[in-house]
Amino acid sequence: MKLNVRDLLVERRVWLTALLLAGFVACVAVQAFGLCNLYVQLILMYVGINIILTVSLNLINGYMGEFSVGHAGFMAIGAYVSALLTVRGFPAAHSAWFFPVAVIAGGLGAALVGMLVAIPSFRTRGDYLAIVTLAFNMIVKSVIENVEAVGGPRGFMGMEKLTTLPWVYVWTVLSVWIIRNFIYSRYGRGVLAIREDETAAELMGVDTRQVKLLAFVISSFFAGVAGGLFAHLLQFINPRSFDLLKSTDILIMVYLGGVGSIAGSILGATSYTVLLEVLRPMGVWRMALMPLVLVVLMIFRPRGIMGLREFRWFVPVRDFFSGALPAPKKEVADAAP
Amino acid sequence: MAYFLQQALNALQLGSIYALIALGYTMVYGILTMINFAHGDLFMVGAFLCFIAATTLGLPFVPALLIAIAGVAVLGVVIERLAYKPLRSAPRVSAIITALGVGLFLENFTLGLSPYPKHIPPLLSSTTWTVSGVSVSSLQILIILVSVGLMVLLDVFVGKTMTGMAMRAIAWDRTLVPLMGVPVDRIISITFAIGAGLAGAAGTLYGLAYPVIDPYMGIMVGWKAFICAVVGGIGSIRGAMIGGYILGSVEILVAAFCPSTYRDFVAFALLLVLLIFRPYGILGKPQAQKV
Amino acid sequence: MPLLEAEHVTHRFGGLTAVADFNLRLESGELIGIIGPNGAGKTTLFNLITGVYRASEGSIRLNDRELVGRPPNRIAALGVSRTFQNIRLFKELTVLDNVRVARYGAVRYGPLQALTHAGGFSTEEDRIARDSLDLLGMFKLADYAAERAANLPYGLQRRLEIARALATNPKILLLDEPAAGMNHQEIEGLIELILWARDVFKLTIALIEHQMQLVMGICERIVVLDFGVTIAAGRPKEIQNDPKVLEAYLGEKVEV
Repeated sequence: MKLNVRDLLVERRVWLTALLLAGFVACVAVQAFGLCNLYVQLILMYVGINIILTVSLNLINGYMGEFSVGHAGFMAIGAYVSALLTVRGFPAAHSAWFFPVAVIAGGLGAALVGMLVAIPSFRTRGDYLAIVTLAFNMIVKSVIENVEAVGGPRGFMGMEKLTTLPWVYVWTVLSVWIIRNFIYSRYGRGVLAIREDETAAELMGVDTRQVKLLAFVISSFFAGVAGGLFAHLLQFINPRSFDLLKSTDILIMVYLGGVGSIAGSILGATSYTVLLEVLRPMGVWRMALMPLVLVVLMIFRPRGIMGLREFRWFVPVRDFFSGALPAPKKEVADAAP
Repeated sequence: MAYFLQQALNALQLGSIYALIALGYTMVYGILTMINFAHGDLFMVGAFLCFIAATTLGLPFVPALLIAIAGVAVLGVVIERLAYKPLRSAPRVSAIITALGVGLFLENFTLGLSPYPKHIPPLLSSTTWTVSGVSVSSLQILIILVSVGLMVLLDVFVGKTMTGMAMRAIAWDRTLVPLMGVPVDRIISITFAIGAGLAGAAGTLYGLAYPVIDPYMGIMVGWKAFICAVVGGIGSIRGAMIGGYILGSVEILVAAFCPSTYRDFVAFALLLVLLIFRPYGILGKPQAQKV
Repeated sequence: MPLLEAEHVTHRFGGLTAVADFNLRLESGELIGIIGPNGAGKTTLFNLITGVYRASEGSIRLNDRELVGRPPNRIAALGVSRTFQNIRLFKELTVLDNVRVARYGAVRYGPLQALTHAGGFSTEEDRIARDSLDLLGMFKLADYAAERAANLPYGLQRRLEIARALATNPKILLLDEPAAGMNHQEIEGLIELILWARDVFKLTIALIEHQMQLVMGICERIVVLDFGVTIAAGRPKEIQNDPKVLEAYLGEKVEV
């Protein structure tokens, strides 16, 4: 049966790569030739940024079962670090070339802080971790407000519009791919085991500290990346863009789509962003209708749109049990009495 | 010395309001193990109900207070029945997200009805006495007395009445208690009503002290009150009261020594430190985990 | 040198002494039983050995390496594994994943390969999957590999928990009331399973149990605890007739 597995694998990989490449080409075409109007392009970019935010938070809240409510804090760090670099750090003439560096730097800055936030998670869980992350969000916002050099409460601007549709596409694909890889590895299994029963996981040899640290670092890195993309799309950032309301938005997208499902996060982010735009003519009432829709959805589908189910093509063949598992060696099978 | 007493008075006032709100969080958590994130917005609704009572209905303080308490209490029960009850057996986070959604709805619905901040007319003539260098306003005293009075009432209710006993019983074991004939749904509704009513009272008192109200005023206050409840030990009623006064004191203390933009930051940081040393809050009990 | 050595182990929870001056020498290959009335401190003992609690006093050594103070996952890596009184499987995960989680320490790639699925990742994952399936196969659970652990019937869940415990390649296996809820026939099957596992996996086994059929059936040595104190230790025949043991279980002096 080995042959079938290999064939299946090659086929799927080929298809996936082709699709992803086609998507990239489409984005470049749209941006270069104006195939969609600017408004639609803007929405698509917002969708991409929200997907990155949602998938990264889902790693902590969905897969690991924690309750982190301060994700916007990491986004803020990424936004400010990358903005500072492109506006004050890099030579203006070639800023487009430095853009990926700035975004990565934003992610790294957020990841560094993510390491700090991971530490209390070693000892506490649940509601207490919620407080820690909540306080973290507030502290980041307060710190930014008190630093005059970055504009304080008035905000920071001067960024060029370096975020383009192809860039958002690349980063979205990258974040989904990396986080999906992480999930389907021994660390991902560790994350799930921690969610199920942390003590039992430790007793079975899982290094929970290492797993938690990695999860927080990856999650905050991509939140920082999203922040960098956000800063260079809006061209203006202020502390209020990254407060609890923003964190709440991301939380909603995670639980709307379905915890523990990458496809769910993508769906949740997309539907939330698009729905909000579609309802824009309603003015301020759309923000009253949207949560109502959310509440109704929670009552009828408490686990979100996708629930715990995952999109087939995200799952590695080895984990998908479509008959692709190697059969156990005959001489040891059924040996137990 | 006078300065210190002055600040102590301010701390008592702020702490009283935080405590009243924190009580709602802790009572709902104790009975349903659920964090009602819409609670801060109930506080906001209380302030707005007081505003409507004072302006449209032209009522004096006591009826306005009662309307706010009753109105928010009813709202609390309605929310519980419509949005939270169907999710009692769902995963906890779904209930939390629903609560966030309800909160967002309340905020933006109110924003839709009232796009500009509103100003509550003075309902009480406030006199200020100066006692050995400390200026005491009758409003302050009223706020503190009403709050403490309500808290004492609650303490007596929970400790000495049958309903209060039922509330404590359900907080201990939700599955077994109905088998003993306790009408769980009714007790839960009563709990919500009381918690919400207290938040409504807090909204009115807050509106008296800081008369400009807006639909988003509940967000920050709500999260702070949540922290008070956790610091005191979530689930513990006395803990919520203590937590409220602690945060009130910390805030006033910090405001006295640091510029105003640092206030929230230092307050949160200090609370974090406290949680590090007492991870279950002051009066909280660790969930004993049998391995 | 004994495989496991516990010396003057004492553990207190606040004012309550759960385990008092416990001493034990476990030789490689032994199969011992730990019995005693409920609340005697047996599970606490397992928790102390595996690192869930840090012993208030005393020393626990595995091959002369001190275990007290080490985190549980390090102790598991050193070779101590266990099952639980109330089954603690990873309920939402598949049967295969339950076993694969326990192979965490045996995996030979790092975060970089995990994030990119490159650099030998696939080969290693295939190896882990194959090892885990083989293990499940040995326990007649291979057919359930894709099944959610919570969906298994009780008896198979117990079996899975033992299989999972063995996925960490332990030298010592601690079984906490493995026969709970089993009837006479099932216990006979369990006896066969435990003896088979000891041979095939070269284990040293300590088990906590209330079902005397199991304890007297296979334990070479028995330790009796009551209120944290070791009241008797020896071979099954000696323990069966020990008046102190009878008093602890039955609560009165019995004329033998």
